[in-house]
Amino acid sequence: MKLFEYQGKELFDKYGISVPNGRLVNNEKDFSGLNYPFVLKAQVPIGGRGKAGGIKSVENLNDGKDKLSQIMGMDIRGFTVRKVLAEEKVDIKKELYLSITLDRSKRMPLIMASDEGGMDIESVPDEKIFKEWVNPLIGIQSFHIRGIVSKLKLDKDEGKGVAGVISKIYKLFRDYDCELVEINPLIISKDGSVMALDSKVNINDDAMYRHPDIVPEHVDLTPLEKDAKEKGIAFIQLDGNIGVIANGAGLTMATLDALTNYEGKGGVFLDLGGTDDPEKVKQAFELMKKAKPKVIFLNLFGGITRCDTVAKGVKEVISKEGIDCPVITRIKGCNEDIAKDILKDAGLITGTTLQDAAQKSSDLAR
Amino acid sequence: MAIFADKNNKVLVQGATGHQGVFHIGAMLEFGTNVVAGVTPGKGGQEVHGVPIFNNVFEGVSQTGANTSLVLVPARFAKDAIFEALDAGLKTIVVITENIPFQDAMEFVHYAKYKDAVLIGPNSPGIASSGKTKIGILPGQIFKEGDVGVASRSGTLTYEIVNSLTEKGIGQSTCVGLGGDPIIGTTFIDALDAFEKDKETKAVVLVGEIGGTAEEEAAEHIKENISKPVFAFIAGRTAPPGKRMGHAGAIIARGKGTAESKIKAFEKADVKLARFPTDIADLVEKYS
Repeated sequence: MKLFEYQGKELFDKYGISVPNGRLVNNEKDFSGLNYPFVLKAQVPIGGRGKAGGIKSVENLNDGKDKLSQIMGMDIRGFTVRKVLAEEKVDIKKELYLSITLDRSKRMPLIMASDEGGMDIESVPDEKIFKEWVNPLIGIQSFHIRGIVSKLKLDKDEGKGVAGVISKIYKLFRDYDCELVEINPLIISKDGSVMALDSKVNINDDAMYRHPDIVPEHVDLTPLEKDAKEKGIAFIQLDGNIGVIANGAGLTMATLDALTNYEGKGGVFLDLGGTDDPEKVKQAFELMKKAKPKVIFLNLFGGITRCDTVAKGVKEVISKEGIDCPVITRIKGCNEDIAKDILKDAGLITGTTLQDAAQKSSDLAR
Repeated sequence: MAIFADKNNKVLVQGATGHQGVFHIGAMLEFGTNVVAGVTPGKGGQEVHGVPIFNNVFEGVSQTGANTSLVLVPARFAKDAIFEALDAGLKTIVVITENIPFQDAMEFVHYAKYKDAVLIGPNSPGIASSGKTKIGILPGQIFKEGDVGVASRSGTLTYEIVNSLTEKGIGQSTCVGLGGDPIIGTTFIDALDAFEKDKETKAVVLVGEIGGTAEEEAAEHIKENISKPVFAFIAGRTAPPGKRMGHAGAIIARGKGTAESKIKAFEKADVKLARFPTDIADLVEKYS
């Protein structure tokens, strides 16, 4: 889950990383106690908000009132701004980049830092980004931190400050099951303090149960996707009109791919996962109905999932609540024969092969 | 021969007495797997399909000589269960459990390395060497003995592909599900090296998907190290661009991770690619 900037900064504050003086503001009354000039920053879960006009500098009360009303409610690449952070300006001497993320290949946390922090970090060449990998069995050691800090162009005090931030964000990364902790820019101010001007913190969804203090907002999801998430169903809305239900992310993706060979286009990706719980199957079909696809394509291959139990769930939903679009099914694996009989009994169309079922679905969706 | 698992694996099942544990112990016994023990804390003394249940892994190992663990415990308890299995000296650990926090996976993957154990998964469907053993939840009826090795990041998609091979009369030496999580113990490269050494394996099928750079790394490895023919399917050609992990993700990937990038990398390594999962069988038949 992606945290908002302000939530990330609350965590930074908890770990002793300096952030500018600031707070969330709803109206001009909330400006009291902040020193002018300050900056208003739209809280959205994507980058590029500065270029979209989501960051504005404020000189005085009236100016702030105007600019807050411009930012609040504005649309930034599909996200409506509902929260705005006001932060006092800092005199910047140097802008650095610092992050910890997960290196999937090495299976370790990777610390990255650069002298060239700021807006265009993605175009900074590799040799100007300094990296250290931390074996999780030993945890962060001084040599890791020295390895990074010694390469950055910093004086002694600045280096000390940055070293402190690195060890703090490593602790945060591990304590909070983060996929990413990124500070861009991490600045050295004119008075020599080291401060995080932005925050990007992503927490591993599978570990959210260990962090009850983080309130999930799921701001980057559609209402149906949010509903699905609460029910523990992997559900993604796409721009086609065929609702695909399959089990396993790979098979669901391959099913969507198969449709394109017959000019069909997936409208929903719904991965049942390893479940054969009839209640989950029912919830999945209800979600799918709400997404209003023209055709539903159910592609099942049973391993841990028993095809017959899923089929029973499907039959129950359809006989109880009806369904107003054709359902094409294709079933293979564990107890497939029993499942096929149940689905035939429920009046669903069964395809013989993946290709056959993909073609039937695509034809019906035209 | 086979890779990672054969007749010598004496399997202990962690999480043996739950619904899935009972079902899959039965299915494994039917396949011919040597399941010697089950572990569920507090359920010691019971039996599942005649397999004795122990309260902990150490007891199970000392009583039965188990050398392999199949992990079916819920995600919250998986790290503990895997550490216990590794400390009890088990050298092959197959982790079926999904939704394990990846920082837990990071820890037990490195601990398994330190203990010199082969860890497959997490979020793996398991491993099957036709005619020898099946450790996991793969449906037994899809396999046939033969000489094609299969390694996959997917679960159900693997069954799809193995099934189509079997329907064409093409058997498999070993089929290993590496697991769909970002952090896994055994990679495509590990599986490729093992298949290259395995005298019984004549060709290798890789089933990949978008995200990460495992396929690109496998392609590089194939160019230099693998002499056997390799076939591949990549899922996710039409998936919309995935959520990027901020700038850091983009920096690591540097344009890798998409289906196009993986397909290109495999083409450069002379790997034959299938358009439908079920087309793999035709390709193998044509080129092997």
